[in-house]
Formats: sequence, C-alpha cells, structure tokens
Amino acid sequence: MSAIVLLVIGLGGMALGYFVYSKLIAERIYRLDPRFKTPAHEFEDGVDFVPTNPFVLWGHHFTSVAGAAPIVGPAIAVIWGWLPAFLWVILGTIFFAGVHDAGAIWASVRNKARSVGALTGDVVGKRARSLFMVVIFLVLLMVNAVFAVVISRLMMDFSSAVVPVWGAILVALVIGQLIYRRMLSLPVVSILGVVALYGLIFMGPSVPIQMPESVGGMSGNAIWILILFGYAAIASLLPVWVLLQPRDYINGLQLFIGLLVLYGAIVLLNPTMVAPMVNDNVPEGTPSLIPLLFVTIACGAISGFHGLVASGTTSKQLDKETHARFVGYFGAVGEGALALAAILAATAGFASLGDWQAMYAGFGQGGVTAFVEGGAFIIHNGLGLPEATAATLLTVMAALFAGTTMDTGLRLQRYIFQEWGMIYGIGWMQKGAPATLLAVGTCLLLAFGAGGADGSGGMIIWPLFGTTNQLLAGLTLLVVTVMLVRLKRPMWYTLAPLCFLLVMTVAALLTQLRSFYNEGNYFLLFLDLVVLVAAILVALECAATLKQQRRTAARQQE
Amino acid sequence: MHEDGHDSGKATLSTWQAWLRQARFFAEEAYSARYRGAIARARRDEDDLFMLMVFSEVMGVPNPASYYTLELQPLMLERFHDWHRRMGMERSPLDHFTCC
Repeated sequence: MSAIVLLVIGLGGMALGYFVYSKLIAERIYRLDPRFKTPAHEFEDGVDFVPTNPFVLWGHHFTSVAGAAPIVGPAIAVIWGWLPAFLWVILGTIFFAGVHDAGAIWASVRNKARSVGALTGDVVGKRARSLFMVVIFLVLLMVNAVFAVVISRLMMDFSSAVVPVWGAILVALVIGQLIYRRMLSLPVVSILGVVALYGLIFMGPSVPIQMPESVGGMSGNAIWILILFGYAAIASLLPVWVLLQPRDYINGLQLFIGLLVLYGAIVLLNPTMVAPMVNDNVPEGTPSLIPLLFVTIACGAISGFHGLVASGTTSKQLDKETHARFVGYFGAVGEGALALAAILAATAGFASLGDWQAMYAGFGQGGVTAFVEGGAFIIHNGLGLPEATAATLLTVMAALFAGTTMDTGLRLQRYIFQEWGMIYGIGWMQKGAPATLLAVGTCLLLAFGAGGADGSGGMIIWPLFGTTNQLLAGLTLLVVTVMLVRLKRPMWYTLAPLCFLLVMTVAALLTQLRSFYNEGNYFLLFLDLVVLVAAILVALECAATLKQQRRTAARQQE
Repeated sequence: MHEDGHDSGKATLSTWQAWLRQARFFAEEAYSARYRGAIARARRDEDDLFMLMVFSEVMGVPNPASYYTLELQPLMLERFHDWHRRMGMERSPLDHFTCC
C-alpha cells in the first residue's frame, strides 16, 4: 500500500474531526461563548494573564505539548503492524485527545484559569487532588528517566549527531544573549539561528564523536545518561532566558521545518508500506496488542500532559473562549500529524520487509532508531539529501525535543520537592540546588534501577510511562465530565473515553505486573503496583463522584 | 507611466514592510509569550530585594549606603504598597508613613 494514501486518509480524517466533531463538541457540549469574559481579560496583568492572538497561542500550545513522546511511542507500537497504530493515533486524536485538550482549556477558563490539579480539588475532592499530585510526580519521574535513555541511545547509535545536538545548546545560548541585549531584531536572529543549527547538522557526519563502549567500567550509554542529567540539572537552575527560552524557540522552528521536510519527502517519494498491516509474526516476548497498544502510544493519541499545559498556561492567555476549539483541538491534531509522520517513517522507510523485521527484533527495539533510519531513507530518496545528513537531522530533532522536555521536567520536579519541603518544614529541601539533586537522584535511580547498570534497559518503563500519562488524562476527563453533569449536559462524549482509558490502563498494568514478576524485576513490579493502586483509586473516585453528582442532579429535578 | 511605476513600487514596498512587521510581531510573541510570566516574576524578586535595601534603615537594619538610597525612596514609594503586601504584611510596616 502506498504511504501517500495512508497520509491522505490520516490527515483527512483528522481534518474531518476538526471541522465536524470539534464543532459539535464546542457548540453543543462545552457551549463555548464568544462573549464570555476570559481570565486573560478579567485578570489581565501583562505577566501571566495576557490575551493572546489565537495563532500565536496555538503555536505555543502545540510546541509545548509536542515533544519526543509522539515520535517514540508510535515508533515502538508499529511492531504490531502499521494499522493498529494508525487507527489508534487517528481515532484517538479525533475522539480522545482533541476533546480532552479543548475540555481542559474550557474547564480551566470557566474556573478562573486554575490548573487541572487545583480544579480536581475543587470539583472532585481533596482525595483526588492528592492523587493527582502523586500521578504528576510519577509522570515527571518517568519522562525524565525515559528521555535520558532515549537520547543516550541516539548518541550511541548516531555519532554524527553528537556535535549538532550539543552545538545547538551553544547556538541557543548565543541567540539568548543577542535577543536579551537587543543586538539584532528577532526575525534576523531566527534566520541566523536556523542557519547555524542546520550548518551544524550538515557538518555533523564529517565530525562524528563516538563514546567508547565502556569507560572506567561503565558502559557508554550509562556515561551519556550521567552527562545528560548533569546538563539538565544545570540547565534547570539557570534563569529561563539564558537557555530554556531560546532553546524552545529554536526547537519550535525546527519542529515545523522537520515536519515539512518529512511530509514533503513522503509526498515526493511515495514509498510503499514495507511493514505488515497487522504483524502476525511478532518477535518473542512481545506483549498482546490489547491493552498494550493503548499505553505504548499516549502522546499522539491522548496524553494527560496536555491537560497540564492547557490549564497551566494556555487558559491564562485565551483571548476568547471560542478559541479553545482551535488552540486545544487543533493542537491535538498537530500532535497527531507528528505521530502519523513517525508511523510512516518507521514502517515505509525500509528497503525490504527483512530490513524492517531486523530492526524490530524484539519489543522495545526499533523505536526512535527506526524513526530516524526510516525517515532518513525517505528523505534521502525523496529529496536527495545524503542519508547520513538526513539521519543527523532527524536525530537532532528527536534529541532536542527530548532534551527540552527533560530540562522542563526536571525544573517542575524541583518545584514539587521544594513544595514538599515547605509543607513538611524541611529547610534544606526548599533550596534550589538540593531539590534539583534530589530530582536528579530519583530519576537516575529509575533509569538504572529499571534496566541494569548500563541504563539501556530503561526503555522497559516506556509502557508504564504511558499508563501514568493516561491516568492523568483520565483525571482531567473526570473533572470535565463532572462539570458537564453539573451543567446537565450530555456527558458521554467525555465519559466514554474516560471509561475506555481506565479499562485499558488497568488491563495494561496487570499484564505488565505479570511480566515483571516473571522476569524477577521487583523494582518495576513495585512501581507498577504504585501506579495500579493510583489507577484503581482514580476509578473508584470517578464512580463515587459521578454517582453523587447524578443523585444531586436528580434531587434538584424533583 | 513613470508615476504609475513609482506608485506600484511604493505599494510593493509598503506591502513588504507590513509583511515584515507582521513577521516581527509573530516572532516576538512566539519568543516571549511562553516565558513572560517566569521572567517578570524573576525581575520582581530582584526588585523586592532592592526595595528591602532602600528601606532597610527605616526598618532598623543598618545600611552603609543609606546616604545614597535615601535619595531613591521617593522614587520607590509608588511601589511600596504592593511590596509590603507581597511580603505578607497587610498594613505598612512603617509607623511614620502609611500608605494604606
């Protein structure tokens, strides 16, 4: 089958979702009102609350939520064949992610732009709020550990990307200074930054840097993980304008360029889907498609992390309530498009089925490496770029995404530790450096504890990360559903995805629990149990709250 | 004929300028909107420290540079009310001048 057909069906489906389904949701369910005074106007302060142009806001929302996860997840999940991953990404974006993201913005805007965490406390209850904090902490912990492993693997596999990936940090530092000191205007700086970054990418293949397989008794992978956390710790302590802000900006530009290049190459080359539609011949040890597919792909289909962005920053800048549809739902569509590109690269970018099977020799293999190699194959043949350059380009794209998520994640984790320090009156924990060390320590424990001393096994926690992320999405959907019940509006549009998510999450946790037990991996067994308990508590909380809300609604009608 | 060419040239130039302005607006917004809050807060923290230095003598904390900071007091007065409220003091901490 031709990749273009799949691309057209996928993008067409998501466009239909935006024009038809999101209209229904926005007008009938959330009933977005253009005359409603949004928090951006009500509390306008020029700092947090600023009415923002919807296109700019969409750009921010999209670049904040799109990271390495919608690339890694789909690229792992195509091991079951391209069709299941494709369907989950497209249908998930239309019926789950868009509704969830726009719903999170709406819920927050209608509640003085409070974050979903705070809303859970107000709308559902105090217990749910504590649960929410625990789930957020687990998501951050896992995302940092997993992304460190992802980048370290990329650094080991694609030595040509080492110079551009670290060079990009230098470029960001220089750009930050140029803008801060107002030396040049922003469009000029943007062009210079992009040219410098792509210059490094073109230079990369001629200056490869390969970390030795073992250094002082530690594997190369492990060394990279330590270096990455060292970097992330420093980056998360620096003032945001020094590194984080210019880095995010360059990454945003690069995201759009990368997507255009990849989609352009697919259209020009029109590759055939080399991987099977449904893989009957999965490698040994691959878990069953249901339920694992639904947690392997979280970002790209539905992700709780979006709710944090939607209610944390986006809702404070929404000019009109009706923009929630474009910013939230279309933001999810953008992420779906990234996931679709990852699926196409990891399934159509191979010369033969044998090559593809060699790449996907076991569950958790392939992944982002398959995305880079497949994508490079497509770009090389479609646009004529040398394959090594194309591979470097995609590696840099994936590594930079994962990198920014890591330094933001570590910063957030530090805040949580500092907050705990304040709550429990522990003086030293309230300071920046010790709290950062604590955050780094817990992440390292997870990265190495999960998969042995070389840290390469850290990818085992990927599905566990997906489950936690889905739980977070479940909690946000619960808040939205409760609000809808209170307003006596149809609740099935959010309740159905919520139930589906909870069932799949619990089933996936049980499946993984058994496999961790069989492997004797008690560390992950314990972590799985913690998430399982959280999932069951979320389910109970849902049932109890909805029952109570419906009873109240019925009493009011009498 | 010549005039027409001149006019259309002018029109093209102004279209370009408008386009450039638009690009600049989007780039500036894209760069700063996400971190506006964080940066403003960091700046406010620094200002708060400065405020403490300027008014330290009045609150009984010796300040070797008070001769110079005294001059700054009238300039900072406008922000004094917000500052003491942010520092957790509902009322002005100074007996001799009350802003609220």
